[in-house]
Amino acid sequence: MFIILIAVSALGLLALIFGAVLGYASVRFKPEGNPIIEQIDAILPQTQCGQCGYPGCRPYAEAIANGDKINKCPPGGESTIQALADLLDVEPLPLDGDHGEEKPKMVALIREDECIGCTKCIQACPVDAILGAAKQMHTVIADECTGCDLCLDPCPVDCIDMVPVNTGLQDWHWQKPQDNLIATDAQPKQEASA
Amino acid sequence: MNLITLSSPHHTQSTGVNKVMLQVLMALVPGIVALCLFFSPIYLFNLLIGCSTALAVEALILRLRRCPVAFHLRDLSALVTAVLLVISMPPLIPWWITVLAVSCALLLGKHLYGGLGFNPFNPAMVAFALMIVSFPVPMTTLWLAPNSGLDFASALQIVLGQTLLPDGISSATPLDYYKTQVGRLTATEIYQSELFFGIWPAGWIWVSLAYLVGGLFLLYKKVFSWHAPLGLLVGLAVLALIFGLDPDSNTPLHLHLLAGSAIVGAFFIVTDPVSGATSRLGKFIFGFGVGCLAYVIRTWGSYPDAIAFAVLLMNFAAPFIDHYSKPRTYGHSTRHQGYK
Amino acid sequence: MNAFSPAPNTQVWPLIGGVEPKENKQQSNGLSIGYLPLPPFLVLPVNQHIGVAAEPLVAVGDQVLKGQLIASSSGKISACLHAPTSGKVVAIEPRPVPHASGLDSLAIIIEPDQQDQWREQEPWPNWQQRSSEELLARLSESGIVGLGGAGFPTASKLSIDQQIHTLVVNGTECEPYITADDLIMRERAAQILAGVAIMAKLLQVKQVLIGIEDNKPEAIAAMRAALEHYQGPEAVIKTFPTKYPSGGEKQLIWILTGQEVPSGRLPADLGMVCVNVGTAAAVQQCIVDDHPLISRITTLTGQVLAQPRNYELLIGTPIVWLLAQLGVTQAERIIMGGPMMGEPLANPQSPVVKTCNCLLLPTQQELPLPPSASPCIRCGFCDDVCPASLLPQQLYYHARSRNLEGLAQQHLFDCIECGACAYVCPSSIPLVQYYRYGKGEIRQEQQQQAKSERAKVRFENRQARLAQESAEKEAKRKARAEAAAKAQAAKAAGDNSAIDQVIKAAQAKSAAAAATKAEGPDLEALKSAVEQAKNKLMMAEERLAKAEQEMPENAAAFRTARDKFAEKLAKAEANWQKAQQETKT
Repeated sequence: MFIILIAVSALGLLALIFGAVLGYASVRFKPEGNPIIEQIDAILPQTQCGQCGYPGCRPYAEAIANGDKINKCPPGGESTIQALADLLDVEPLPLDGDHGEEKPKMVALIREDECIGCTKCIQACPVDAILGAAKQMHTVIADECTGCDLCLDPCPVDCIDMVPVNTGLQDWHWQKPQDNLIATDAQPKQEASA
Repeated sequence: MNLITLSSPHHTQSTGVNKVMLQVLMALVPGIVALCLFFSPIYLFNLLIGCSTALAVEALILRLRRCPVAFHLRDLSALVTAVLLVISMPPLIPWWITVLAVSCALLLGKHLYGGLGFNPFNPAMVAFALMIVSFPVPMTTLWLAPNSGLDFASALQIVLGQTLLPDGISSATPLDYYKTQVGRLTATEIYQSELFFGIWPAGWIWVSLAYLVGGLFLLYKKVFSWHAPLGLLVGLAVLALIFGLDPDSNTPLHLHLLAGSAIVGAFFIVTDPVSGATSRLGKFIFGFGVGCLAYVIRTWGSYPDAIAFAVLLMNFAAPFIDHYSKPRTYGHSTRHQGYK
Repeated sequence: MNAFSPAPNTQVWPLIGGVEPKENKQQSNGLSIGYLPLPPFLVLPVNQHIGVAAEPLVAVGDQVLKGQLIASSSGKISACLHAPTSGKVVAIEPRPVPHASGLDSLAIIIEPDQQDQWREQEPWPNWQQRSSEELLARLSESGIVGLGGAGFPTASKLSIDQQIHTLVVNGTECEPYITADDLIMRERAAQILAGVAIMAKLLQVKQVLIGIEDNKPEAIAAMRAALEHYQGPEAVIKTFPTKYPSGGEKQLIWILTGQEVPSGRLPADLGMVCVNVGTAAAVQQCIVDDHPLISRITTLTGQVLAQPRNYELLIGTPIVWLLAQLGVTQAERIIMGGPMMGEPLANPQSPVVKTCNCLLLPTQQELPLPPSASPCIRCGFCDDVCPASLLPQQLYYHARSRNLEGLAQQHLFDCIECGACAYVCPSSIPLVQYYRYGKGEIRQEQQQQAKSERAKVRFENRQARLAQESAEKEAKRKARAEAAAKAQAAKAAGDNSAIDQVIKAAQAKSAAAAATKAEGPDLEALKSAVEQAKNKLMMAEERLAKAEQEMPENAAAFRTARDKFAEKLAKAEANWQKAQQETKT
């Protein structure tokens, strides 16, 4: 009986000591990470397009932090989903088609002679990338446009087009070489070609 | 004018993987000739079986994997695997073990990992280890004594399983013999055996020297650098010198180097680029590790020759060696850091 | 140099890695520099250099004189552009430029009037008497860029703030086939050294190191001879074994000085500046003869050409016209630069530009197209030849799986794209293309990151502005409502409708209080806030119940919303009660 008591009290004492050490360490050496919302927000593409059903990227980031799905961001596409999955340590999901599809980078372009100067698109633009005043022609600051589409619907005369972003000499880069082995692994009966 | 735009460089040495492999095969010829001359020409038959199995199995797997068969067969890597495997196995090994071994090498050692370039282990050694574990008796007892006088026809019958093995034909390898006898007999007594020619392992010494010639040819052709072979020989030699100074109690250095598969291992096995380390320093460490492990297993383990196990063990360590033997990049003050 | 001065230090450090491809230089270095007639038109892209494109100064229809400034540099790193001959500006429009992409870029097109009439020139034969500012000003107006291939504006290079002690002159020309620098050194050694002296004065260096590969004995001899008449800081010609890529800037600095340029930094951080011999000759022409950069020496080589040779070509000469002059109408490949690093041109209509040191037209036998790539066998040949001691196969694996983080970790940006790895690769893997792809993707990612960062800031600013606007509106509305309530209370006190007795009584009191005292808490507003919060909470609860039935996976969001409203209600109630207490006392 005495031996059992000794054993129990020794273990209990050890548990206390270790618990105290661990507790102290968890307070003293607490890792200072970004709040999770900030980290999620940093991954989202910041188009502020609202295709996810939230009014902007930050609200969606908050929603994800509160348990919403990570596959509602078409502009970010697969790479964003992958990055979110890595960050949150969850399974990457395929993009949810209800919220739209992944499209090439677009930029809004106002057909300026058709613009009536109603300022509706200016109010709709989430990043203030449209310049103009009432009864004056509006124009898009292409560098600031995130391609979110939100200005298309409000336009009463449908004078806004989404055009793909052109690759210039400065942005052009070599594409990834065709990988024979992988390509043929995936596509049967295709001989390796030069 | 329609111009072709391909990224630079527009100039290549264009050696081609198959040229590398062809050079390796050519370099193995002297060793094979020596094996045929001093042991038995039955090696040629075994090679025939091994190579045809290799081509057939490789083609079949490539087809199943939906890869371009002709394109990948042309790289000759399957043949190299088969030849290395056959020459490391005993000459009188039943034909079906050869077939099984080559198939295992290609299937388990290579294609299950994604084919050429992706196998973490040396395919030939994977199969060899598998065979020696699965069929320990034939794999260790079907060796021939040098100049045994066994003609090709009878050897063929043994290999094909049509006759039983006649008594007194098979023999242990010199390393095996030395290891088993060294406690009971003195070195001088051991050297009395027909397996030895003076203090040299009869027959085996010529085979080793023939491999050495082939290996030096590859070194000259710059198919590989000297680091891995030297590493193996140094590793083996250092331990053999430390522990084997007294030939009456341990196998001496020259037998370690010349009586077993040390030379073929140094020039043809640890130089396999796919499963070895990459940088020059890494290659040396890799070879050194193989040499040390081979000595340890030969001396204190239960296998008389141990290059296969040593290589497989070091294959495990190759990524680790690679990680810690990265060179210092130009303009950086420290070596590469971190994982990725 | 007097007899007692110590022998110049000609120590060199061996190149790390490197390959020795067949040089193929004898085809084009046998003949002297040749000249061609004026082309029918000249195409002058406004961006022929690293940095910001030049700003056109002329309009369509303008007459220009030879050497006249037609586009001026804009920004710190930019270069001017001059008319290579006299004539008329016929167009300013996007034209194909010598580039693998085949994309167009803005260019000024000049039709020569065959007069070849110079603008007014002011030669400075005694340039030593000019101040550094004057010299630099002329240099930056002359449009000189690095002629070795990269095209960095020379004036920007020479006007750095750092203390420079060594000027490295690059006469290496390690690329096979190219002999332009070789011929310049043979024929214009004195000019090069005069240019070197000018640059040495501008940078106030202590020594000049001239590096030449030992496969150019004539050039070395010519430079040695010219050095006898050279006046400037101590200059040493160092020769070293021929090995590619000794001529890379960082590699040459290592070979000549045994120092490494730190990663991501410039030679200037080591107190060094590196210029090409052709650039030095151009500097002399610009300062002494007032001759801006309107032509350059280009090697035309490859077995497609009957007679490979170096030519002095006007900038802007259309390549297709040039080849026709040499009897070539068909070509499979046109490579601008050498076989190791040259840019494959997508469009033969593109012109000769300032960075065009060679046009290589190889036959299929000469430089066969690479066979399709086989799998990497990890042979490590690439590791051995990499001049930057990178791990090319690790880079390859990372690039293939688009692991940008891994690429950066393996120091992808220390890769100089010399192509030595791909040259030795037995599997014919287009390694350099993988690296270029990786670099491009990383840059694109960074741009994307910067853009989304900006978008975020703009979005947040807009949200803040909208919130402020609506707050102001709300405040105004409140003020109006308050005024109305006061007026009403004054008219008919005690006649307010309420929900329960307590509230009624309190309200009566508060109305009275409001009527008697102008200040004090607005019980009316607080009470309506409570009501509103109650309603909202009710709605939120309804929504939550619905969500829990229909979309349980989203219920969490609704639950947090409900909790928020509950919190708000509690707050509103607390406020109201506090206010009531205060009014009571």
